[in-house]
Amino acid sequence: MYFTLSWRNIWRNKKRTLIAAASVFFAVIMAIIMRSAQIGSYAYMIHSSAKLYTGYLQIQGEGYWDNRSMNRSISPSEDDYEFIRSAPHVVSATPRLEGFALVSNDTATKVAQVIGTDPELENNMTDLKDKLIKGAYLKSDSDGVLVAEGLMKMLKLQVGDSLVLYGQGYHGQMAAAIYPVAGFIKMPFQELNNSLVFLNLKTAQRFYSAPDRITSLAIMIDKQSHLDETIHHLKKLEKYAVMRWEEMLPDMYQSIQLDNASGIIMLIILYIVITFGVFGTIMMMVSERYKEFGVLISVGMRKWRLMIITTLESVFVAFVGVIAGIIGSIPLVYYMHHNPIYFTGAATQTFEAMGVEPIFYFSTDSVIFFSQAVVVLIIALASAIYPVLFIRKLEPVEALHS
Amino acid sequence: MALIEIQHLDKIYNSSAVAVHALNDVTLNVEKKEFTAIVGPSGSGKTTMLNILGGLDKPSSGFIKIEGTDIFKLKSSELIDYRLNHIGFVFQAYNLIPVFTARENVEFIMLLQGVSKKEREKQAMALLDSVGLADRSNSRPNQLSGGQQQRVAVARSLASHPDFVLADEPTANLDSESAGDLLDLMETLNESHNMTFIFSTHDDRVIKRARRIITLQDGAVKSDVMN
Repeated sequence: MYFTLSWRNIWRNKKRTLIAAASVFFAVIMAIIMRSAQIGSYAYMIHSSAKLYTGYLQIQGEGYWDNRSMNRSISPSEDDYEFIRSAPHVVSATPRLEGFALVSNDTATKVAQVIGTDPELENNMTDLKDKLIKGAYLKSDSDGVLVAEGLMKMLKLQVGDSLVLYGQGYHGQMAAAIYPVAGFIKMPFQELNNSLVFLNLKTAQRFYSAPDRITSLAIMIDKQSHLDETIHHLKKLEKYAVMRWEEMLPDMYQSIQLDNASGIIMLIILYIVITFGVFGTIMMMVSERYKEFGVLISVGMRKWRLMIITTLESVFVAFVGVIAGIIGSIPLVYYMHHNPIYFTGAATQTFEAMGVEPIFYFSTDSVIFFSQAVVVLIIALASAIYPVLFIRKLEPVEALHS
Repeated sequence: MALIEIQHLDKIYNSSAVAVHALNDVTLNVEKKEFTAIVGPSGSGKTTMLNILGGLDKPSSGFIKIEGTDIFKLKSSELIDYRLNHIGFVFQAYNLIPVFTARENVEFIMLLQGVSKKEREKQAMALLDSVGLADRSNSRPNQLSGGQQQRVAVARSLASHPDFVLADEPTANLDSESAGDLLDLMETLNESHNMTFIFSTHDDRVIKRARRIITLQDGAVKSDVMN
């Protein structure tokens, strides 16, 4: 009966309640679409970057990230590999041996990032084969190298040419070799396109005189939200460092943080709109029922019961709007999720600077919708403080004669 | 033992520059089954008297015992419960809950008392039947005339099985016919249900029907006569 009373009370003035609910409705729709776009884009950016190269996390030697020396490479045992690959939520673990070397063809020489990797695992993780524009993909039993398109042009390379690599290997040993060019790849970002050379892991280990050693194990997991759980498990391997994507991609992480902060400020503004919409309505509903409250207390209604009724009224007014807002936003968000926005023109440069494709994705994570309900419930409860204080101070005899 | 025992009741309002003596040494008893009108000109203290009798306002001195209970020694929450279980109220402006039907208005008091839903519905319908409004049980107050609303208010006041009913100017907003019907109803309830009614009024129609008339003047009892 208390629910009935509260529910009917909010409809005493239909227009007023509908206006308050409408303010909540529009604010919730805006908040959901905004957060869906932000969270969807962040997830996409992170996933793209992780899939492009770093993985969501990496197993490395202690201190390798700060000092990229071959001397900080690691040599995990088969048990270690098994432990890592069987860790919760791990989808793939790609071993790499990375270093820098001078690469030459004819009279042209450039500095290149040389990456030794398992061809199959690398392709499974980064779809490297799809980036092949000419020649053949890496083979695990061949010394052929893949050269990024930009570097190919600078060195004027053709498939089948010999590429001279010269650098420093494990424990300062000289690394020098000539490998045939197996093919060319096109990386989506200029910086990578001008610097990468891939060869199979065994070849790289021979080149750098680092048999069975790797500098990193790039790991993909099934869902970004499982990152902490996976890291917690992998940290049991105390001899290695576990690097998160946030540490490996600090520029992206910071730009996401900054963008997220501006999004949260916008959300706060929307929540303030909701607060005033609900609070204004509740204040009027309470003020105009001063005498009625006096009557109810006079006839024997305890104040706390009245407080519950007015609190329920706040919650109902807010929830009429929030439920309508959530229902209204679902088709919009799902449409945008299946039809993401592709940026063109100058906007693409901003995305490329962060190493991701210029696509604006929308998330359908239920948390986005659920969190709106929770926040609006908190706002409704906060708005209910006013009637609670109003009733607490109310003297029935004064209210009766108001 | 008297139903209500009032001893040396004083009420002084100090809110304005000059203290107002709203009640001045009022001493009287009300017995069960009385049909009593408190009368007097405006400012005589009728409303203050009724407020204090209903435990809505506190006296400056003196006490009121209802069936031996000094109601002003009760805590605030106990006093609310006391009002719920022992005192029925009928207001001049009916003051029904506008979003409830007639039946729900009557039931609501029993809900506060913790009466089961089935019992509430049964008793509410019986009470509405006793005030002649069983057929309007599903009507909301704005669908009822003033007289009908006041009869629902009477049914509501009886819902908690109170010791007595306080009625503040119950006929002030009613036409002659409705006022007459209401007084008939109250008289019937007084006689058949032994319900004690105390009115504040300056309506001659009520005064004529009251069996005891307490006249207040300047906060003091000027006369207390049987009619």
